[in-house]
Amino acid sequence: MHVGQSLPRVDAYDKVTGRAKYTDDLVDKSALIAKVLHAQIAHGLVIKMDIGEALRVPGVVKIVTCFDVPDILFSTAGHPWSTDISHQDVADRMLLNRRVRLYGDDIAAVVAEDEIAASSALRAIRVEYEEYPHVLNPIEAMAPGAPQLHDAFLNNILKQTSAGRGDFEAAIQEPGLIRIEGEYETPMVQHSHLELPVSYAYIESGRIVIVSSTQIPHIVRRVVGQALGMPWGKVRVIKPYIGGGFGNKQDVLYEPLNAYLCQQVGGRLVKLEISREETFFATRVRHADKIRLVSYVRPNGRIVARSCDVYANQGAYASHGHSVTGKTMTAFRQLYHEEKAHRVTGHTVYTNTPAAGAMRGYGVPQAMFAVESHAEDIAAALNLDSLTFRRMNMMPVGFTDDFSKNVNYYDSLNQCIEKGRACIDYDRKRKLYQNQTGPVRRGVGMSLLWYNTAVWPISLEASSCRMVLNQDGSVQVQLGETEIGQGADTAFAQMTADVLGIPFHDVHMISTQDTDITPYGTGAYASRQTYVGGMSIRQTANMLKEKIISYAHELTRMQIYDLDIQNASIIHRPTGNALLSLGELATEALYSLSHSEHFSAEATYQCKTNAYSLGCAFAEVEVDIPLCKITLLNIVNAHDCGRLVNPQLAAAQVHGGMSMGIGYGLSERMLFDEKTGRLLNDNFLDYKLSTVLDHPRLETRFVENYEPTSAFGTKALGEPPAVPVAPAIRNAVLHATGVAINRAPLNPHELFTAFVSAGLIPTEK
Amino acid sequence: MIQRKLITCTINGNKIQTMVDVRASLTDMLRNDYRLTSVKKGCEVGECGACNVMIDGECFNSCIYLAVWADSKHIRTVESLLGSAGELHPIQQAFVDEGAVQCGYCTPGFIMTALEIVQSGRQYTRDELKKLLSGHLCRCTGYENIVNAVEKAMKGTAQSIPETISRHRPATR
Repeated sequence: MHVGQSLPRVDAYDKVTGRAKYTDDLVDKSALIAKVLHAQIAHGLVIKMDIGEALRVPGVVKIVTCFDVPDILFSTAGHPWSTDISHQDVADRMLLNRRVRLYGDDIAAVVAEDEIAASSALRAIRVEYEEYPHVLNPIEAMAPGAPQLHDAFLNNILKQTSAGRGDFEAAIQEPGLIRIEGEYETPMVQHSHLELPVSYAYIESGRIVIVSSTQIPHIVRRVVGQALGMPWGKVRVIKPYIGGGFGNKQDVLYEPLNAYLCQQVGGRLVKLEISREETFFATRVRHADKIRLVSYVRPNGRIVARSCDVYANQGAYASHGHSVTGKTMTAFRQLYHEEKAHRVTGHTVYTNTPAAGAMRGYGVPQAMFAVESHAEDIAAALNLDSLTFRRMNMMPVGFTDDFSKNVNYYDSLNQCIEKGRACIDYDRKRKLYQNQTGPVRRGVGMSLLWYNTAVWPISLEASSCRMVLNQDGSVQVQLGETEIGQGADTAFAQMTADVLGIPFHDVHMISTQDTDITPYGTGAYASRQTYVGGMSIRQTANMLKEKIISYAHELTRMQIYDLDIQNASIIHRPTGNALLSLGELATEALYSLSHSEHFSAEATYQCKTNAYSLGCAFAEVEVDIPLCKITLLNIVNAHDCGRLVNPQLAAAQVHGGMSMGIGYGLSERMLFDEKTGRLLNDNFLDYKLSTVLDHPRLETRFVENYEPTSAFGTKALGEPPAVPVAPAIRNAVLHATGVAINRAPLNPHELFTAFVSAGLIPTEK
Repeated sequence: MIQRKLITCTINGNKIQTMVDVRASLTDMLRNDYRLTSVKKGCEVGECGACNVMIDGECFNSCIYLAVWADSKHIRTVESLLGSAGELHPIQQAFVDEGAVQCGYCTPGFIMTALEIVQSGRQYTRDELKKLLSGHLCRCTGYENIVNAVEKAMKGTAQSIPETISRHRPATR
């Protein structure tokens, strides 16, 4: 068995030797260089653009402006396409935009012989704007009289939806209920994958070929076709290794513009690489949310009714839009189960800021920060143990969701809590750190995590796979699900080896997706790769195995039902005899004079299930009150992600998620100049990622409850680890200081304000 | 118009002489002229460490090191670490064994700093190691397994690191 073992990554050798090729490593150095001109106002209209001087810069080949591009609106969201118009993503941008909706909007592009010529030309373009007032905050954007970004969306509301359960107004009439309210805010943050968004395009045999650092090659193909108004089959997208994505590259970024520029220079090779600074404002970000929660609770801690209002900052363009807010709402609805009623409303609101899209957790980090901070606040208000409070109200074992049909099969939350509290010595420290005085105090806190694995039934959930048998009995495997650093290729190879009965090293993963060659699959998103990919691998490998066994029957004349493949040999099961090797069979099959056959299998699996992925984080902090500084001393994440395919890689995934959660909780936030709308911290010096020095030992714990709906017992692990960390830290700070801070990140600026108003820092007045 | 300058330097054990654009960074020269694509670009302003290479035994962000400054210097990239039969250097092996690789984009830069650490012959504490590695950003691993790998390489091989540089022959222009 290979599934369940910590086998080394299939791409590890290439990556430690520097041989792994990423997009920019592959482009021919003859490429023309494209650069984008970004608007220097936050809101308005381009009335005139003078490119005369720019065209005279030596080396400039072509300049296109927002006045030149086709009049086609398209959506960039990396969702599976819906043939139902009402479910299609909002198409609200063009290749270059005359109507400027954020500081940095794309308004022109230069193609030149080299980078210096392209940059010089950008500086020489003269732009005249008609400037409008801008709005950066969703609450203000919804107010009457606010600047309007998109004509079709009144009061800038991209979408507003509500959901609920029970009779809320009746439920809150129960005598003796305690009403607890809280408002929680999460920051706009950026994915900060190390590889910049980059692509190159050329025309070959009348078709446009785009090589891109993307998570979703097949979706890029469709969107390029839509944006350029050309048949989708005329577009070919190739995805090599990518240096991280985290959801940013689950959007179609600059591939359509790159393809268009290539067309404009007669199909010559054009490279379009975005700088780090541009990546911050001109790609995608995580929605900054304001979430208002009201709970009606009995003195014993049982929640009777609760409400939630979400205001999500969509930024200038719809991208994934309200889908993300929808998941925020679902997370609120499902982690806790009140006795009588709840209601939830979500608003996704356009503002003149960078467009928000998918980012690791898809709305759930926001929800959990609010819901789990609120849970701690309720427990504190009622003077209850917060674990007891959670256990009294959290999703019960056996719960089945009416909509998704997800079943909470196991007592995963309690099992994860037990692992986490034991690891961090929670109970002892919880008591030890009570009643501290002095400037430096410690605390422990925790947060639960609710997640869904894939996207069924919200949208299509399918995976296609192809396997080809070689003469030596090894196989090539192709899937539309992409390797983006998470280790998908390694997990897929382990699964394939087990179903086919061949060694791990005989499985050759074709890591590069090429939409001309790779079977259709929607790519890497949600936390669905091992879940959905595993289903199509199992189906396809079984088809291939059936063909092989049938041929073995021909060769050996043994009964089909007695034959099996084990350790790369055809085995006669009743006797245990190895009849011939798979390599011998495969060679015979290809060169046989009587029956020659190329063995391959290809299939699509359409998945109509989904699975809860649950867990928690426990954090221990030290707070230096006068310095307004938090040191994270210890942290542990505990997850039930079903069976582990590769325990070492699973732990590594959790480390990465925790790291992102640490930044979300303590330091990361995009800041804007209110006056101009310009992003102030568009670089790694001013945008504070957590560095290696900000990380304590990252402890991981797993509960391996076999997921019944999954081909290999697995479920989500890619996104969940990032989710519970920030609220666990926030709750630890509450424990240490008694101060509830409701705005992430808990950086010194936030702490100062909070400690001053709590009287922990004296002010001279 | 474009100002060029003749420089002589050693790249991964090979002596080269080349005309470089005076505005070019060492990253540009190594990637574009010699196709040493282990040298990655993540920010191009010296913030992320993905372009880290060794110059006369000391690590530098090559994106903010001008190519002309490389004159008379010995430059080393990850491409030089492999044995002649393709065997991994102990540091590379430690990165594989410890699961320190995910997307792989920051990996070559980290490995070069690890080489500098190991070559120092000193034994550092875990906190010291973290400080030495803090010029590198990684968004995938949370650094945990990277620090584990560097620690393992430092402890296991401090005395026995071969100083050989494989004869990687760079492509000419």
